[in-house]
Amino acid sequence: MPESVRLVRTRAEALANHPAAIVAGLGALLIALILVASTVGAYPLSLGEMLAALGRRLTGAAPVGQVDTVLFEVRLPRVFAAVVVGAAIAGAGAAYQTLFRNPLVSPDILGVSTGAGLGAVLGIFLSLPVAGIQLSAFVVGLATVGLVYAIASVVHGREPILVLVLAGVVVGSLTGAAISLLKILADPYDQLPAITFWLLGSLSAIRKGEVWTALPLVLIGLVPLVLLRWRINVLSLGDDEAKALGVEAGRLRMIVIAAATLMTASVVAISGVIGWVGLVIPHIARMLVGPSFDRLLPTALLLGASYLLLVDTLARTMARIEVPIGILTAVIGAPFFLWLLARGREGWS
Amino acid sequence: MSATAMPSMLSVRGLGFGYGAKVVGSEVDLEVRRGEVLCLLGPNGSGKTTLFKTMLGLLPAQAGEVLLEGRPLAGLPRLEIARRVAYVPQAQAAHFPFRVLDMVVMGRTAHLGLFAAPGREDRAKALGALDALGIADLAYAEYTRISGGQRQLALIARALAQDAPAIVMDEPTASLDFGNQVVVLGEVKRLAERGLAVVLSTHDPDHAFSVGNRVALLDGGRLIAQGRPAEVLTPDRLRAVYGVSVVVERLSQGQMVCAPDYGADAPAT
Repeated sequence: MPESVRLVRTRAEALANHPAAIVAGLGALLIALILVASTVGAYPLSLGEMLAALGRRLTGAAPVGQVDTVLFEVRLPRVFAAVVVGAAIAGAGAAYQTLFRNPLVSPDILGVSTGAGLGAVLGIFLSLPVAGIQLSAFVVGLATVGLVYAIASVVHGREPILVLVLAGVVVGSLTGAAISLLKILADPYDQLPAITFWLLGSLSAIRKGEVWTALPLVLIGLVPLVLLRWRINVLSLGDDEAKALGVEAGRLRMIVIAAATLMTASVVAISGVIGWVGLVIPHIARMLVGPSFDRLLPTALLLGASYLLLVDTLARTMARIEVPIGILTAVIGAPFFLWLLARGREGWS
Repeated sequence: MSATAMPSMLSVRGLGFGYGAKVVGSEVDLEVRRGEVLCLLGPNGSGKTTLFKTMLGLLPAQAGEVLLEGRPLAGLPRLEIARRVAYVPQAQAAHFPFRVLDMVVMGRTAHLGLFAAPGREDRAKALGALDALGIADLAYAEYTRISGGQRQLALIARALAQDAPAIVMDEPTASLDFGNQVVVLGEVKRLAERGLAVVLSTHDPDHAFSVGNRVALLDGGRLIAQGRPAEVLTPDRLRAVYGVSVVVERLSQGQMVCAPDYGADAPAT
C-alpha cells in the first residue's frame, strides 16, 4: 500500500470516530435536558424527588402526594412529546433536504405540515377520534405533497427546485384558504378552540395516550429512512447519477416522501404546526457531521429532540402564561435562517 | 483470442434516442469490446450526451436496443445495469459538501445490500481508486472546494470503485487543464489494458488518435463514420462535420495529430 494511502487511512480512522463522538455527545445532552425539563415548571421538583418518584413507580410502591401526579400525568408525557415531535420533524426535514438536494426545502415549504394541519382541522371538524384525526392529517399531508410534486413535474421548468418551492407556496396558500373556510364553518364553542390549538402549535394539552399513538407512526416512518440511509444519500446526487450507481431513484423518492410525510403528519396531529425546526435543525446537524445522510439522520433526530424540549421548557416556564411553541421556534429560527442566507450559498449551491 | 472473437461488452443496434417524443438521433449502431476504447466525436448538439444517457438506460430507447454483454438492457434492474456499466458524468457543481471519499465510496452502491452502508472494504476500494488516479491526498477534502479537474478525477475514481466491466465517460477531459487531460487519457488507456470496455466522448480528435481503438463520428444525431481513428478522422470528414479546415499528420514516432489549417481558407494568391 502506498505511503499516501497509509497516511490517509490514519486520518480516516481518526475522523471516522468523530461523528460517533458528536452523536454520543448529543445523546448525553438530550438526557441532561430531559432531567432538567422534568424538574422545572409551575410545580418545581428536586432531582431527588423525581428519582424517588421514579423508584416508587418501578417498585410499585404507593405514590406520595402531588409529586407522582405532576411527574407522571403532566410533566413526563409532555417531555416525552417534545422529544418525539422534535426528533420526527428534524428527521423528516433532513430526509426532505437530502431528497430534494436543497437545504432550503423543509416539510413546511412543501406543504406536508400545513397539509397535515388541514387534515387535522378537517378531522376535528368531522369530530373524528384522535386516531381518525391522525389518519386524516397523514392522508391530507401526503396528498398535499403529492399535489405540489405533480404540479412541479408538469411545469418541468429549468429550475426544478424553484418550481417545486413555488408550487409549495401556491398549494400552501390554497391549503390556508381551506383551513380558513373550515374555521368559519366550525362550531365556535367546541371545534374552533381545538382548531386554533392545532394551528398555533403547542404541547400544553398533550396527554399520555396521544404520544403513544403518534410514536408507532413516527417509528414506522423512521424505519425505511434508517434502512435506506445509504441509498437516500446516493439519491442526493440527482436522478441520473443515482440511477447509474444502481439506485431505483423514482421508487426510492416515493418511499422517502411517504416516510418523511408520515413522521411529520403524525406529530403535527398531536403538536400542531411547529415551523422552522425541520429547516434549521438539519442545517446545524450538517454543519456538525457533514451531509452524508447516514450520519445526518441520527444527528438531526437527537438535535431536534433536544431543541424542541428546550424550546418547550422555555415556553412553559419563561412567562406567567404559556407562550405557543410555534411562536418561539419562529423567533429563534427566522434570525438563524437570515444568518445562513447572509453566509452565502457556499457549500450547497 | 482474436479481437473479433471477443464478445461485445456494450452495444447498440439501430438505436433511436431523444427526450420524450423529441428525436435527437436515430439508426445508431455501436459496439465496444473488453480491452477497447471507443471514442465518440461530434460537434456541440450532435447528441452525444443523449446517446450516452440512452446507452445507460437513463432515457428509454425510441427505437432499436441497447445490449449489455448481449442481453437487452431494457429489462434489467438498475442494480444489474450498474454492476455492468459505470457512468462518469461531466463534473457538475456539487449540492452538498460531501467529502471526496464519501463521493467515491458511492460507487460501491451497486455491490451493497439494499439496507447496507459501505464498510471498511468499500472505503479501502475507494481509497485505492483515488490513489490510482493520484488524488489520494484529496480523500478528506470537501468535493465542493476542489477544482473542476479534481472533481472529474474523483468521478472517474468513483467509476473505478464501481468495478463494472464497462465505463461510459461523458467528455471526461472537458474541464481539465492540459496536464490533467494527459493524466486522464493515460488512465483511460490503462483501464482498457486491464480489460475494461471504455466509451468516451470528446471534442478533440487528438484524444481519439491517442487512446481510441475505434472512433465513431456523430453529427446531427447520425453516425457519419465508424472505425479506426486514422481511417475515420480524415481532413475531409472533419471539415464536413465541423466546418473548418484541418491537417492530419503522422509524427515521427508514429502518433497521429490533427491541427487547424488556418491558411487553407485564405484566397489563393
